[in-house]
Amino acid sequence: MKHAEIAPPVLELRDVSVSYRVRGRAVPVLNGVSLSLGKGEVYGLVGESGSGKSTVALAVQRVLPPNGHVSGGQALVNGRDVAALDRAALRRMRARDVAMVFQDPGRALNPSLTIGRQVAEVFEILGSPHGEALRRAESMLERVRISAPARVMERYPHQLSGGMQQRVVIAMALAKDPSLLILDEPTTGLDATIEAEILDLVDTLRREFGASILFISHNLGAIAGLCDRVGVLYAGRLVEEGPVRSLFRAPRHPYTAGLLRCLPRPGLRKDLSPLDTIPGFPPAPGSIVAGCVFAPRCGLADDLCRRVDPPLVPTGEGRLSRCHYADRVDRLPHAGGRPAALRNASGEVDAPPVLELDGLSKTYGVAPYAVHALRDVSLRLMPGETLGLVGESGSGKSTLAHALLGLVAPDAGSRMALDGAALAAEVRRRSPEQIKTLQIVFQNPDSALNRSHTVRRLIGRAVTRLGGLAGALREAQVTRLLEAVRLTARQLGARPRQLSGGMKQRVAVARAFAGNPRLVVCDEPTSALDVSVQAAILNLLADLQAERRVAYLLISHDLGVVRYLSDWIAVLYLGRLLEVGPAANVLDGPHHPYTEALLSAAPSVAGERSGRIRLTGAIPSGVNPPAGCLFHTRCPRRIGPICDTEEPPLVADAQGHAIRCHLPREKLGRAPALAPA
Amino acid sequence: MKGALGRFFLRRLALSLLTLWLLSIVVFLGCQVLPGDPARAILGPLADPRAVAALNQQLGSNRPPVEIYLSWIGGLLTGDMGQSYAYRAPVAPFIGHALVNSLKLAAMVFAIVVPIGIGAGVLAALRAGRPLDRMISVAGLSLTVIPEFVSSIALILVFAVLLRWLPLSASWPAGSGPLVQIQHLILPALPLVIVLFGYIARMTRAGMVEALSADYTRTAVLKGLPWPTVLGRHVLRNALLPTITVIAAQMGYALGGLVVVETLFRYQGIGSLVLGAARAKDFAMLQAGILTVGAFFIATTLVADLLTTLLDPRLRTGGRR
Ligand code: SF4
Ligand code: SF4
Repeated sequence: MKHAEIAPPVLELRDVSVSYRVRGRAVPVLNGVSLSLGKGEVYGLVGESGSGKSTVALAVQRVLPPNGHVSGGQALVNGRDVAALDRAALRRMRARDVAMVFQDPGRALNPSLTIGRQVAEVFEILGSPHGEALRRAESMLERVRISAPARVMERYPHQLSGGMQQRVVIAMALAKDPSLLILDEPTTGLDATIEAEILDLVDTLRREFGASILFISHNLGAIAGLCDRVGVLYAGRLVEEGPVRSLFRAPRHPYTAGLLRCLPRPGLRKDLSPLDTIPGFPPAPGSIVAGCVFAPRCGLADDLCRRVDPPLVPTGEGRLSRCHYADRVDRLPHAGGRPAALRNASGEVDAPPVLELDGLSKTYGVAPYAVHALRDVSLRLMPGETLGLVGESGSGKSTLAHALLGLVAPDAGSRMALDGAALAAEVRRRSPEQIKTLQIVFQNPDSALNRSHTVRRLIGRAVTRLGGLAGALREAQVTRLLEAVRLTARQLGARPRQLSGGMKQRVAVARAFAGNPRLVVCDEPTSALDVSVQAAILNLLADLQAERRVAYLLISHDLGVVRYLSDWIAVLYLGRLLEVGPAANVLDGPHHPYTEALLSAAPSVAGERSGRIRLTGAIPSGVNPPAGCLFHTRCPRRIGPICDTEEPPLVADAQGHAIRCHLPREKLGRAPALAPA
Repeated sequence: MKGALGRFFLRRLALSLLTLWLLSIVVFLGCQVLPGDPARAILGPLADPRAVAALNQQLGSNRPPVEIYLSWIGGLLTGDMGQSYAYRAPVAPFIGHALVNSLKLAAMVFAIVVPIGIGAGVLAALRAGRPLDRMISVAGLSLTVIPEFVSSIALILVFAVLLRWLPLSASWPAGSGPLVQIQHLILPALPLVIVLFGYIARMTRAGMVEALSADYTRTAVLKGLPWPTVLGRHVLRNALLPTITVIAAQMGYALGGLVVVETLFRYQGIGSLVLGAARAKDFAMLQAGILTVGAFFIATTLVADLLTTLLDPRLRTGGRR
């Protein structure tokens, strides 16, 4: 062995293929993936659902589901082939060398053991006696910046917030001081500010612990902020790899380029340009594609691509691309469907608002345990416009939507009006007209669609219920809606499980539009979707709005989505409106310190993570809200005692941009000027 | 949070007492009001009207029903369950004796079925989809549907008559020690074991399968814990939670199933007591017997609920966060 003195890579995949056995057939999920991670390196693996990215993690740890197996290649951890380890050696590897953090920390923790017990366990495996293990567990919790670790030790997982739970999971992972840490979508499902905190934490800990990190995510922004190198997976193959900066700046594979263009980024707005999408669908796993796997969706594809599968070849600067035309990617044509019809901005100024909320409050429970989910929120929304609602969990944005939909009754004294007519708190007391006028699109189309019904039935029923149509008229309306959401007649007979996530969301949108609504509440409409699908749904929503002058109340934690669709933005914190105004004014500033923090927490692909404003401290509980300015416990710009004692008023300027802060406008933050694209 | 838990207990307790009270009314109506004229029911249609009147007088059943009910309930509250017509003696000692016997039998049943059922369920889950799992599932399902009297007779034939391993009668000679008593109890317990086995095994298996595929189990495996520790500390703890509730709830049911078994094996338990009282039209005994069984049923349900709450930290420590 010539190179014995050179340490082997911490993780090396050599041509790894994995297939799952589905109904007696082997379905390949990973196809000859090779990559390697040096010591202390952070490698990002990006891909959409079905790309096989999570399978990589499972294969490395040998925890593939029973129907999956590594059909080729090798995974080496610190130079040792994982497949060749015997039971004891495998356990030792898991106990010492490799740690893993999954999505959904709430489920990764055992619900019936205390946090202390679960963290201490890791040390016990490494040989610490019980008492010492507990002590080390406590100090480990401290290292992941959990305040009052002793108290947290005694808690059960369900008593902690999602962000806290993920910290505990990270503590368990790092406790063994692993040489390899695998993070599989660690922040999916967490609030944007919590996500930012967790990413920051990982960034700091990586320096403290020196572990190499394999970071698996669909979130390009998160990857950009954290990783040194990145690999892009498509249909089980690595299609591009390279240093993160240069790869995101100048992608050398049409798929990567397409993904980046799908993102709703600063400077793009629904009335200026549609988002790019990636047309078509990824190949069904197991289908045999001649030539390049991406060819059916690629704007550069030609005969050669359809015949010859391109190899993964170096393109300089440590980059690899699996494309015949890697050098032409910058000339990839845009694919965005039809340009959104430009909105006709005039003549709407005098129109009466479609929605008016006046002094909307919602209190749960009674004093002293009352939780103020909404405090005196007043908002209005014009026809054909979008009001984006942003804020962390507990900000009251869901409560607001639920009050609108008649799911929770607001406190006495709150007023809601739809098209000028008072909107009753209970659905029963609303007129059929109002019910038709106000519809919703949920985050998860699965839970909203009856699984046993066909698309025809799902949309048809909505047409009957909301449009009052039957027979041929009903069929005609179903067809019209189907076209409006860009589905084809082929999908009419399908049931939800036969549809992709994006198609299901289209069906849900079609249902909401069945009665020609004037206002649609979009509750995280794209959070469950991949970026390329998200772009298509956002385009669809923008088109429908332009065609039908429907207003949206958009709830989203993704500021990119909010920025793209919104005309107005309202920022909620602990049920209080902290800022509201025209989207551009709120985004560019001057903005409220909280808005400023939210904006800087949002990961971006251009992302330098260093310039971020970090919110410290937990979101205060609604039961015991801070006195004075509600935000003062976390405000990075707190002026002084006045913030702790006196709540600032909501002061509007001439353009209707209102901010609730003691700081004068000229002292408030502004967005940094956009770098020219 | 402690306060919330206490309130929950109190509410459940109040609810149970309410159920018990409603049950007492139903039982009372069934035994006293519906037969119309208890003395006539006892003495038969051909009896001398004067004898009927005299008996009614003696039973106190010619009073208004509300009064009878109140005096009955009043008696129950002071521990007086009334007088048995058939035995011409107070009811309470009979009930007490029979209840103790039935509980012994029930305890025997559970002592056998719980370990076997849980063991089989765990084994089935660990071998999910393999032949052993199918065998256990099929066995459990088919055993559950065998009526107690069929299995009882089969068991008697095999173990008591052919093999002579176990005594035929469930009743042991007076003054027998615990070992002899247990020997006598095995055979009558088996039919109920057979019925309950499938149920408990199935619940355990379902809980195990869920816990085995749970993310927290994967976390435990990836911590590098040895498999027995993963199983014992992480899987079983969560898997058995629903099973324990089921077992507690089945206690009450088993008491009902005892009627058949006790009769077949001529065992002096609450089941055969109630049956005998019904045959003899011994209304006071019948009333007290049914109410006792009902009270027991309600109590086991209550215990089952409380157990679930106590064992599951999510319930024990109240809502989220
Ligand atoms: S090889 Fe051809 S089809 Fe494949 S990505 Fe490159 S240009 Fe597109
Ligand atoms: S009022 Fe004070 S604490 Fe509140 S946001 Fe403004 S500066 Fe921060």
